Amino acid sequence: MTIETTGRVDRRSFLRATALAGGGIMFGTYLRAFDAVEAYAATPPIGEFTPNAFIRMTPDGLVTIVAKNPEIGQGVKTMLPMLIADELDVDWKNVRIEQAMFDSTKFQGQSAGGSTATPSNWLPMRRVGAAARTMLVTAAAGTWSVPASECTTASGVVTHTGSGRKLTYVQLLDKAATVPAPDLAAVTLKDPKDFTIIGKSKVGVDVHDIVRGKPMFGIDVSLPGMLYASFVKCPVYAGKVVSANTDEIKSLPGVKHAFTIDGGAQGGLMGLMPGVAIVGDNWWLIQEARKKLKVVWDEGATASQSSAGFAAKAAELAKGTPTKNVRKDGDVDSALKGAAKTVEASYYYPFIAHAPLEPQNTTAVFNDGKLEIWSPTQQPGGGRNLVASTLGLQQTDITIHMTRTGGGFGRRLSNDYMVEAAAVAKGVPGVPVKLLWTREDDTTHDPYRCAGFHNFKGGVDASGKLVAWSNHFVTFDGASSASMGATEFPARFVSNYSLDTSGIPLGVPTGPLRAPGSNGIAFAVQSFIDELAHAAGKDPLQFRLDMLSNTPIQDPPPPNAANGGRGGVPGGGFDPNRVKGVLEAVADKSQWGKVTLPKGTGRGIAFHFSHRGYFAEVVQATVSKDGDVKVDKVWVVGDIGSQIINPLNAENQAQGAVLDGIAEAMAQEITFVGGKARETNFNTFPLLRLKDAPPVDVSFKITEFAPTGLGEPALPPVVPALCSAIFEATGKRVRSLPLSKTDLSWS
Amino acid sequence: MTISFKVNGKPASVDVPGDMPLLWVLRDTLDLKGTKFGCGISQCGACTVHINGTAVKSCQRKVSTVDGADVTTIEGLSAEGNHPLQRAWEEVDVPQCGYCQAGQIMTAAALLAKNPKPTDHDIDNAMNGNLCRCATYLRIRQAIHRAADLPTAAMGARQGDSN
Repeated sequence: MTIETTGRVDRRSFLRATALAGGGIMFGTYLRAFDAVEAYAATPPIGEFTPNAFIRMTPDGLVTIVAKNPEIGQGVKTMLPMLIADELDVDWKNVRIEQAMFDSTKFQGQSAGGSTATPSNWLPMRRVGAAARTMLVTAAAGTWSVPASECTTASGVVTHTGSGRKLTYVQLLDKAATVPAPDLAAVTLKDPKDFTIIGKSKVGVDVHDIVRGKPMFGIDVSLPGMLYASFVKCPVYAGKVVSANTDEIKSLPGVKHAFTIDGGAQGGLMGLMPGVAIVGDNWWLIQEARKKLKVVWDEGATASQSSAGFAAKAAELAKGTPTKNVRKDGDVDSALKGAAKTVEASYYYPFIAHAPLEPQNTTAVFNDGKLEIWSPTQQPGGGRNLVASTLGLQQTDITIHMTRTGGGFGRRLSNDYMVEAAAVAKGVPGVPVKLLWTREDDTTHDPYRCAGFHNFKGGVDASGKLVAWSNHFVTFDGASSASMGATEFPARFVSNYSLDTSGIPLGVPTGPLRAPGSNGIAFAVQSFIDELAHAAGKDPLQFRLDMLSNTPIQDPPPPNAANGGRGGVPGGGFDPNRVKGVLEAVADKSQWGKVTLPKGTGRGIAFHFSHRGYFAEVVQATVSKDGDVKVDKVWVVGDIGSQIINPLNAENQAQGAVLDGIAEAMAQEITFVGGKARETNFNTFPLLRLKDAPPVDVSFKITEFAPTGLGEPALPPVVPALCSAIFEATGKRVRSLPLSKTDLSWS
Repeated sequence: MTISFKVNGKPASVDVPGDMPLLWVLRDTLDLKGTKFGCGISQCGACTVHINGTAVKSCQRKVSTVDGADVTTIEGLSAEGNHPLQRAWEEVDVPQCGYCQAGQIMTAAALLAKNPKPTDHDIDNAMNGNLCRCATYLRIRQAIHRAADLPTAAMGARQGDSN
């Protein structure tokens, strides 16, 4: 039987309890993601509100919880079920997790991006568990004819406190299925002090299988009769196929089909590019055939673009009048004239690739006008939209299975590889096809982290107070995650402030990379703050604390309340007291200012606010006389609110983000020559190696604010903190990344 | 050509081009998906397996060169999936995305087989060829030390089969 209520919670949610054939009960609900989805993650499609199962309880005592979001290594497949299980009051050892399919009518917000899973799901997922617990309690109270208020639960057992009578959840399953479902908005949630799972360290639910090599990633998908494919695109984005020797390719060993695919207009540069598909029964032989592929490309206009050209254009624009003013407070020019000391500096950070370790892949089969897809994607909804619009299919004719994803970092918010696989599969109907990119395909076809050029001027008065700040930010026209908002620090905290921008035309795609925008902005802004602190003769920590103590300029509320990760509130949600809290805590942990370091060793401090999270970090680095940089240690303090849901994973995420930032700063850069990415693999685009990973001491400052996400905000501060440490060690200021390009030798 | 070797203690015979890398024979011919493809140029170590007990990057190893050899993959590292490294990896909760971890474990297993109590320096040297894009390195190091402290009953079981 089925009972339904229409209780409203977090916009709209419904709960349904269903008795399962063979015993057991299924609690279903569904949720709309919060309004504040990070700007770059697509708005979740508004589905019809048909129930789906989050919890399945069976007579064997097991509780199966569905994990709805894509798992890309951020730990969400463990974290979201923890929220449900705690409020349900069952033992974690009895919980089994199932990965959801992509289903926009049953689930909402099935994406991984913007560190949004925690803030979007903290209350809704707990309500799902609490509502089910309430129904079990109601069933027990009814059995005993006592008020539900006299009953308690723990470890899957309801106890009547007066009499000590007990019933297990298993004993109550049939009856609970007949209980009217409560209004989700009205269910009582646990007092956080009573949490038994939330806040306790839980090993990732897939770790057992990962360390035993069980197939679970997109690349591991294997279907009967499956063929393999490569899709060869122009090394210059949007280049078109003029001609290709597909007949010759078709005759080569292991190859069954070779054909040209025209590009699609949808999805821009991350849609379907023109190219040549090679399909066969042996992926390695396809690569051998690919060596003999001869394509005449029409490379198009982007072939005239290069990193050298970008730099020249940036220098030219920096000298001219900016195209656009983003914010202006006071009078910067007058304040600079009146300043005791002024500093001018230009900062640059390069394009970089995401380089998740699992190369892009998707398996697809096209049968009778319907597509079934297996894909490691961060954003299945966006993928389905792209596939449907590009291939002229109905959304309802596309089924997407979400596989575990071998790294995301924002790369797989784009579904270019999914639409390629779909297009290739459509070319060989009835046959499952696994499209798999090479590493070179991946490095040269990425929605790159956009490069940026910041041209700063700043001034301090005789007392060392910051009185003027201007930034002419030269970015790229139409680029993704490459803009600065009007509330980006230090906006509002300097009385004479200006932010202006100009743009360079760009023909390669850009996209969000872990802590998008922030991963470059924090380097430039925090490094320049460090320069001003030195000009002011102030300790870099104290200079920052002084800036944060200024009364911020009060802006009117933004017209659009859903302002992405910045909170959608005046000032972008930036709370200077929370910054001060993490700065002071990290200074304390690292003994900032209290340690004497030898020449060649230095420390730097920085903070950044992004994705609702506040992080302050101290880096100690040693630079050899030859200029080789070794990071000795990093101290990290984060404030992501009142609760660290899974401390074991939280530490891992923060450490990984910090080491990721160090890797980016040290040596990562994509350079373009003739519109083509010059770096193609890990020999020229180096990732961090174990020997270069310093200890990373992570702690969290617990505050009264609602818990927020952790995938991204720990990354940005480490880059400027490292560069400031290098300055302390050598007297050399790194103003251009990667730092491997700067001569850091000293004597 | 037909190439015969042992995989995880069992005989295997494949009819594939001799130049085909062992990685693709393992993954696509023998359907052992635990060994991963990451770079194809021996830079990342996701494809690490043991050949006669030595850690080797299988993406660069022609299958013709393993004729008669004893190949061990993550699936066969221990009969019950309880190699000390597998237990330690789970206990320490090493993985984030998890994609590189089979290769990490295979390299670490070859290290421990030769050097049961490695120092940090030994670990740095041995693990230098294995990339982790999520940068779980601190836990990888911790888990190798932890495994070195665990009972070693299961360790080396596969290597023992080869003679």
